[in-house]
Amino acid sequence: MFYIYCPYCKEHREEEEFHAKGQAHIERPADPDSCTDKEWGEYLYFRKNPRGLHHEMWVHAVGCRKFFNVTRDTQTYEIKEVYKMGERPTITAQNQTAAKQA
Amino acid sequence: MSEVLEPTKNEEALIAVMDQNPVQPMPTESPMHHLKLGARSQGSNVPTVYAGELGLKGHLVIRGDADNSDFRKGVEVALGLGLTDTLQSAESDSLSISWLAPDEWLVICPLDEAFAVETALRNSLKGHYSVVNVSGGQTVVRLTGANAVNVLKKSSPYDFHETHFPVGKVVTTLFGKTQAVIRRKDKETWDLVIRRSFADYAWRWLEDAASEYGFQVADNLA
Repeated sequence: MFYIYCPYCKEHREEEEFHAKGQAHIERPADPDSCTDKEWGEYLYFRKNPRGLHHEMWVHAVGCRKFFNVTRDTQTYEIKEVYKMGERPTITAQNQTAAKQA
Repeated sequence: MSEVLEPTKNEEALIAVMDQNPVQPMPTESPMHHLKLGARSQGSNVPTVYAGELGLKGHLVIRGDADNSDFRKGVEVALGLGLTDTLQSAESDSLSISWLAPDEWLVICPLDEAFAVETALRNSLKGHYSVVNVSGGQTVVRLTGANAVNVLKKSSPYDFHETHFPVGKVVTTLFGKTQAVIRRKDKETWDLVIRRSFADYAWRWLEDAASEYGFQVADNLA
């Protein structure tokens, strides 16, 4: 079970109160009329399934009903970071490997 | 089509506001009417948990930007109570206001005052906000007694200990297999806002959970 920090309620709650909503930071093509079928198909259907750090959306369904983002390690299930909608993650796969090499 | 989607050019959008209470008194039924709570008392010798429905209350949901000082001030002028902070509630003689989400609050008042409260809010608020009367959609169950907290502990994964859940705190969390807005009114008294369609389930859950502590239905908790 996860014990998830809701950035809007500002406290930890049981996983039962939340729903996972899949990959975060999916950007809609700015001009759908002129993007390729491949771009549109990838936007609609193709999702990442990384082993390691993953940014995903969660919703505090039984609570404040707000969406937010979670950075989670899919191997260890450890939640590295929780941040609000519209914010960017400070922990990413890139800067983690960069930190390891340094 | 584009005309429909265009935002209204008038400063104030026209909203149909109506008093939902009929002028002529009519038979009304709370969401727990069919349970006939008065006849359900288990008549325990030493009850340590009391519960009853505070049915037929006025419930208003206010939404708006908490960082907007005009919005904050407008609500305070209309209610005599200000917007509360995260997971906090406030109450006056007839009103209570509870935080539900960063941009959402629940006001509970007597049913016959709901229209006056709504009108007062609309008169003192301007711009991007919303007030919705949701009285028909939910009801309040008041739970009190020395073991009330133990009933809640059985019913929810939330931490109800005094240090974590002081008087005045309000939390939307799981209750049984459904959800409730749980507010600690005083040390031993809790108000649960239950959705209408779950009222039957929630009450039966409550009765079952409370039976081991000695449970009695109380009809004059207000």
